[in-house]
Amino acid sequence: MNQLEAYVPIVGSSTIDELSLLAERLRGVSIQNINSTAVGGGVAEILTRMIPLLKQLGVDARWDVIKGDEKFFEVTKKMHNALHGVEATITDAEYEVFNEVTRSNAAEMQFGDIVFVHDPQPIGLIEYRTDLSSRWIWRCHIDFSRPDPAVWRFLERFLHSYDSAVFSAPAFARQLPIPQVLIAPSIDPLSDKNRDLPDDVVDEVFERFRIDRSRPIVTQISRFDYLKDPIGVIKAYRLAKKRVDIQLVLAGGGATDDPEGPVLMRQVQEEADKDPDVFVLFLPPASDLEINALQRGSTVILQKSLREGFGLTVAEALWKGKPTIAGAVGGIPLQITHKYSGILTTSIEGTAHWIKQLIQEPRYAEGLGRNGREHIKHNFLITRHLKDYLLTFLSLTRREDIVYL
Amino acid sequence: MLPFAFHTKLEQTLLLGRKARNLRMLIDGIREVPDASIYHHTHRFLIQHHYLSPEPPTGFAYWVTEVLNDKVLGERLSSIDIIQFGSIGALRERLLAVLEDHAASVERIVDAPRGEEFHFLASRMFVLPTTYVAASLDQFREFLGRVTINSIYYHMFDARLRLERGDNDFSRWLDDEGFRDLAAEIRNLDPYTQTLEGLRNRLTAMVSEYESA
Repeated sequence: MNQLEAYVPIVGSSTIDELSLLAERLRGVSIQNINSTAVGGGVAEILTRMIPLLKQLGVDARWDVIKGDEKFFEVTKKMHNALHGVEATITDAEYEVFNEVTRSNAAEMQFGDIVFVHDPQPIGLIEYRTDLSSRWIWRCHIDFSRPDPAVWRFLERFLHSYDSAVFSAPAFARQLPIPQVLIAPSIDPLSDKNRDLPDDVVDEVFERFRIDRSRPIVTQISRFDYLKDPIGVIKAYRLAKKRVDIQLVLAGGGATDDPEGPVLMRQVQEEADKDPDVFVLFLPPASDLEINALQRGSTVILQKSLREGFGLTVAEALWKGKPTIAGAVGGIPLQITHKYSGILTTSIEGTAHWIKQLIQEPRYAEGLGRNGREHIKHNFLITRHLKDYLLTFLSLTRREDIVYL
Repeated sequence: MLPFAFHTKLEQTLLLGRKARNLRMLIDGIREVPDASIYHHTHRFLIQHHYLSPEPPTGFAYWVTEVLNDKVLGERLSSIDIIQFGSIGALRERLLAVLEDHAASVERIVDAPRGEEFHFLASRMFVLPTTYVAASLDQFREFLGRVTINSIYYHMFDARLRLERGDNDFSRWLDDEGFRDLAAEIRNLDPYTQTLEGLRNRLTAMVSEYESA
């Protein structure tokens, strides 16, 4: 695990000093994170990185995982899909399974001074708060813009008892009687996916996939999912290819729980087979270094999503200083300010137009990439995420707009 | 000499759960949201893009230009000279005057595409003392070069408009200590039209020149 000092060359010592100043004010306060899985998934990944860093800052942070049986996780999977706007019917018996698992977990838990509950699975634990001086936060990590009304009503009952709610993008906010905080996700600049790579490592990856680095390369890194619009990416590439000599790389994995995945992969492969300049790379899960190298060696990065939770692949591309063209959906507009730190598009034609522009105007493209990297450095690295967590904990006992610490 | 204690600030972003789909809803929102929201949307770009010059305009101007595609209104909003206002209330009134005037002149109110609505946010500011306390002009210059951008921002922008102290903290202190010309020179700067690092360099250079004069 990386030490805090390792971030100093990237964000500056003053940023780390500010984190220490905040952490000092949380001495003696126990902070308990609760989620539903210790490994796999974005939340576990964030907590795995955050808890050690909080501890290094002297914060008494811990992490507990709720236990549930198969039935419970079937219900919570349904809830998850319903919150994403997928139609789902959850029966009274299923709600009872949810409540029973919540009850049995609560009976085994010792709650901290601040309880930070992640996602819907453990949300019901608030019903078992006995210490009224404790403060509870619920953080929703998922796209919450169009939740199924019935499931929302069930969860809202619990949410009203919390002291604060945290969402990842403005569109996920709702009319609630409790304060709502915006905390965007972050990337770790020292992880394999984002750390600096020597040129020979980048060269080796491109050679391995037989991609010609002497000609411009346009790349989209994404799992093969209709919402990431890989077919739209190929169409945009073809339109641009009429005017500029480019290659296209589509790289990513398939979601194992997505029944449409294999069909889409076949479609994409068929399209790719028609053109030797289109490279479709199905990458296994542990391919962080390859993804890093592919991003670093590309001329332009695309993220032509039709819907998106936050879209952290955009932050990854911008962190590498790459000119990036992305769909204006989910959290992407927070990462790209159009024509300042990247390009936002809404159509295949618009994407093709900007591919041509950025390939033919490398200086302009470089400027976008430079600004994009600065934007990520100041707003989407893990140190900013830490700052937001500390401020959220500190804000639980203060309600004024201007807080003197 | 009374020392100058540098402070810094960190911002928490709050979601108000309120959005605007068109110009009319934007006007209603601007009229009703708390001061902390007006401040957020007129200053967020400045701190988030503090390395850029020119930085993007205010959040309101950006949205009407890029989403509603109303370049005329966008230009009018982004050319509002924020430095002339001593309170958020006065800035809000000016924004509303420009928006109402424009709304009266347009033939029809256009809706933003779904998913591109304007979301009202607000900032909560946490102010912290730093270890930099200047007991002389020389030290003041030295610490200007060392504190975070957040600290410069707090003393130059927040002190004047958000805390309604009537002036930036640097000029107030310099005035009190008898460095009146330097105080006036800093007061006359337009901090809104340069990068924050550029502003830091300008401030440091001004103090150096004053010392050597």
